[in-house]
Amino acid sequence: MGAYNTISFDANKCDGCGDCMTACATAKTGTDDKARSRIQIVGSADDGFELALCRQCGDPKCVTVCPAGALTKDYASGVIDWNGDKCVDCLLCTVGCAYAGIALDEGSGHVAKCDTCDGAPACVPACPHDALTYVTTSRIYNEVGDWEDLFAPGLAGCQGCNTELLMRHTLRRVGPETVLATPPGCVPGMGSVGFNGTTGTKIPVFHPLLTNTAAMLAGIKRQYKRVGREVNALAIAGDGGASDVGFQSLSGAAERNEQILFMVVDNEGYMNTGMQRSSCTPYGAWTSTTPIGVGSGGLPSQGKTQDAKNLPLIMVNHRCEYVATASTAYMEDLYDKLDKAIQASKRGFAYLHVYSPCTTGWRFPTDQNMEVARKAVETNFVMLWEYNRTDGLRFTRPVDDPLPVTEYLRAMGRFRHLSPDQISHIQAKVVENLAFVKQMAQRQSA
Amino acid sequence: MEQTKYLVVGSSHAALEAVTAIRMHDPEGSLTLLTRDPHLPYSPTVLPYVVSGRSAPDGIFLRDEKFFARLGVQFKRGTALKALHPTRNAAELADGSEIAYEKILLATGASPAIPPIPGLDQVAYHVLRTLDDATKLNAAIRSSKQAVVLGAGLVGMHAAENLVKAGAKVTIVEMAKQLTDGYFDAIAAGLIEKAFTDNGATILTGSRVVKLAPSAVGATLTLENGTTLEADLLLVATGVRPNMDYLTDGQVEHDRGILVSDSMQTSVANVWSAGDCAQAKGFFTADKVMNAILPDATEQGRIAGMAMAGDPGLKQYPGGVPLNTYHFFGRHAISVGSSKVPEGGEMVTRFDEASGRYLKAIFSADNRLTGIYGVNEFFDGGVMCQLILRRVDLSAVRERLLANPLAVGRELMSKLWR
Ligand SMILES: Cc1cc2nc3c(=O)[nH]c(=O)nc-3n(C[C@H](O)[C@H](O)[C@H](O)COP(=O)(O)OP(=O)(O)OC[C@H]3O[C@@H](n4cnc5c(N)ncnc54)[C@H](O)[C@@H]3O)c2cc1C
Ligand code: SF4
Repeated sequence: MGAYNTISFDANKCDGCGDCMTACATAKTGTDDKARSRIQIVGSADDGFELALCRQCGDPKCVTVCPAGALTKDYASGVIDWNGDKCVDCLLCTVGCAYAGIALDEGSGHVAKCDTCDGAPACVPACPHDALTYVTTSRIYNEVGDWEDLFAPGLAGCQGCNTELLMRHTLRRVGPETVLATPPGCVPGMGSVGFNGTTGTKIPVFHPLLTNTAAMLAGIKRQYKRVGREVNALAIAGDGGASDVGFQSLSGAAERNEQILFMVVDNEGYMNTGMQRSSCTPYGAWTSTTPIGVGSGGLPSQGKTQDAKNLPLIMVNHRCEYVATASTAYMEDLYDKLDKAIQASKRGFAYLHVYSPCTTGWRFPTDQNMEVARKAVETNFVMLWEYNRTDGLRFTRPVDDPLPVTEYLRAMGRFRHLSPDQISHIQAKVVENLAFVKQMAQRQSA
Repeated sequence: MEQTKYLVVGSSHAALEAVTAIRMHDPEGSLTLLTRDPHLPYSPTVLPYVVSGRSAPDGIFLRDEKFFARLGVQFKRGTALKALHPTRNAAELADGSEIAYEKILLATGASPAIPPIPGLDQVAYHVLRTLDDATKLNAAIRSSKQAVVLGAGLVGMHAAENLVKAGAKVTIVEMAKQLTDGYFDAIAAGLIEKAFTDNGATILTGSRVVKLAPSAVGATLTLENGTTLEADLLLVATGVRPNMDYLTDGQVEHDRGILVSDSMQTSVANVWSAGDCAQAKGFFTADKVMNAILPDATEQGRIAGMAMAGDPGLKQYPGGVPLNTYHFFGRHAISVGSSKVPEGGEMVTRFDEASGRYLKAIFSADNRLTGIYGVNEFFDGGVMCQLILRRVDLSAVRERLLANPLAVGRELMSKLWR
């Protein structure tokens, strides 16, 4: 059993025109009688429009109350099928369904329900306002669910951390023919390097120094090439290990265009060792080395006083095979980039920078990780883009109408102390960064 | 002795739902489904359509052997539970063997209740509850010229319609003052009655058969007022009684049915009951009631299965809400909820004689819906049922809801729980 496609409705875009109902009635009954449509727009302009439509429930009540076996859930497509030959018109299904998803069609005298038109619903393209979409977001789940998980069960991450998600997904995607480097940081801290002589992964993994990850991995990749074996060389490193102490080996490997994939999990600090600041920590953020109140030497302190280094842009300036930024709040986008990065790493240096909110170090509730990651993108605090030498830099998820950065800042404790001045500094920085990346995008595509 | 973790007795709606619920939580525990019926699982509700010939007898099965094999369920058919021995967790079967269980579900449903009319045991008559009953009746209606149906509940009415359509002269005899008493009110019953008489049936409400005797065509029935009726086909559909003869041990508390808690547990350990044989809390009353309808059987079966498997997602039974849909001569009648007007409440009706559209809604003093009935007036029964169960305050929309229960019900649904 997989996950399924569904028809989704955006109430904000609907103006109640009813074109979807006409399209459905035409497709299903050959008439334009909206009452016979299986998708029903209800409500009013004052109150907002809503939808009555079969939800193709996973555990459908209509199926259980049908005495005739006329309704069945197709576990391949997810659609609940109605069999007119078996139906006895008892209407019990209409009493079972709490969502008005199956109802009497007075025109035919039988019940009728949405069957998604075999995967090409007539209502969706008929909507002139794009209020209806046929969502296929389950692609990742369906594809990846069956692949082998190459990490041990039960990694010891903090509650609510998204790095485990990232690690498991990434390794599933690169597959078993991989050598993994995980320098000191949260990734080995969670157990990828293992305990008591066994690794935490089902592929070879090693634990280089913070400073030499890219160099060691490049050497290993070359050795495999020499013996004629095709392997993926993958590093999963923290931002500290990449932007500070590990930077010279990273820059060197990129300059030599080594055939490796270097993934940075950017939680904006040395979180594994006690939340010290890194050069990726943003301005104003609290860390254990950029405290609030009394700082070093008794001087007053209000969090980090420098802006973050933009490591992915620096990598673009190495003219790598591929450079991209990603976020676990946008898995489709991340997956796309992961695929491209894997391909690029077979030709040369590929760099993937994943913004990864840290529940413990950033101080937000453990169930809010995705929300924080999403807010970062929705405010343009983080921008999602990709670069290759031919096409240049392009936004993959441009945010035209960004939320004010305060929406992001107030989602977590590390910014709680910010003064209005500090907030305006950050907002100005967001605007400046966006303008800068936009310029690059234009320049590159020109 | 055979042993099983879960023993589910019965193979109809309550039992099948329980099996699904158990398997959702416990994919491995040994599970045996035991039924006295010789066939694959089917619903009694579909049988009128087997009688009419619309449904093929081999096309009505709700599950097949493959389903049980896939779920690791041992399906034993054609063997009845004869006696339950709850003190030693054992079920004694009709063939004398025993099964030891850890947990048992009694989902044995109901059988036709046969009224104690003198002479009934001397004549041949039909009932309708099992597939074998239905195939026999299907064969009999083809040759019937003058049929009598005792009882104008939904079972009797369905059969009577089939007999009318098959060309027989049909008389329906009902003790109560109206047809479909307890399901629909007098106006709705009037509409139903008219449809039947328009199609040639004779309806004798407020009548009682006092005597039966064999006759040349079949049976002679004598009514209370002295008139007699000849029947070449007699169908007894005067109600049902729960199947619980196997409660010989005197341990499991029962009244009109097997008494159960809000998680369908009986008074003894390791024994649950659900469906037509169970007597559970009503939604409108704290008393335990019989609510022998299909949707309730599935709901109770689901709860029992979850409780037996220890599923933490279990939600307690909210109490039975009467729900009925009835399809007669191309028309539809739906009833949801109680017909009783609660204290301080109000009943509102709307009837258009020309179109035969009838709507009745009952509200409590604080503007909650407690019942809604319609003939030829279509609304989403499931949505109305949620309005009742959720006790939604309808003060602001009452008039609109009455004017257009279909659209306004959907609007409320989409705002409140979609
Ligand atoms: C003709 C007809 C029409 C109906 N129409 C409707 C309708 O329109 N709407 C509605 O809501 N309801 C209707 N009903 C009622 C509905 O069918 C029942 O409420 C529902 O089937 C109850 O399900 P259940 O699982 O509790 O029991 P049942 O369906 O009665 O099943 C009981 C099961 O237990 C088995 N069994 C019984 N005794 C034993 C024993 N001692 N040992 C082993 N197995 C045993 C039987 O073989 C059967 O498999 C109708 C019923 C009939 C007969
Ligand atoms: S109306 Fe048809 S599909 Fe619905 S419950 Fe009755 S038999 Fe099943």
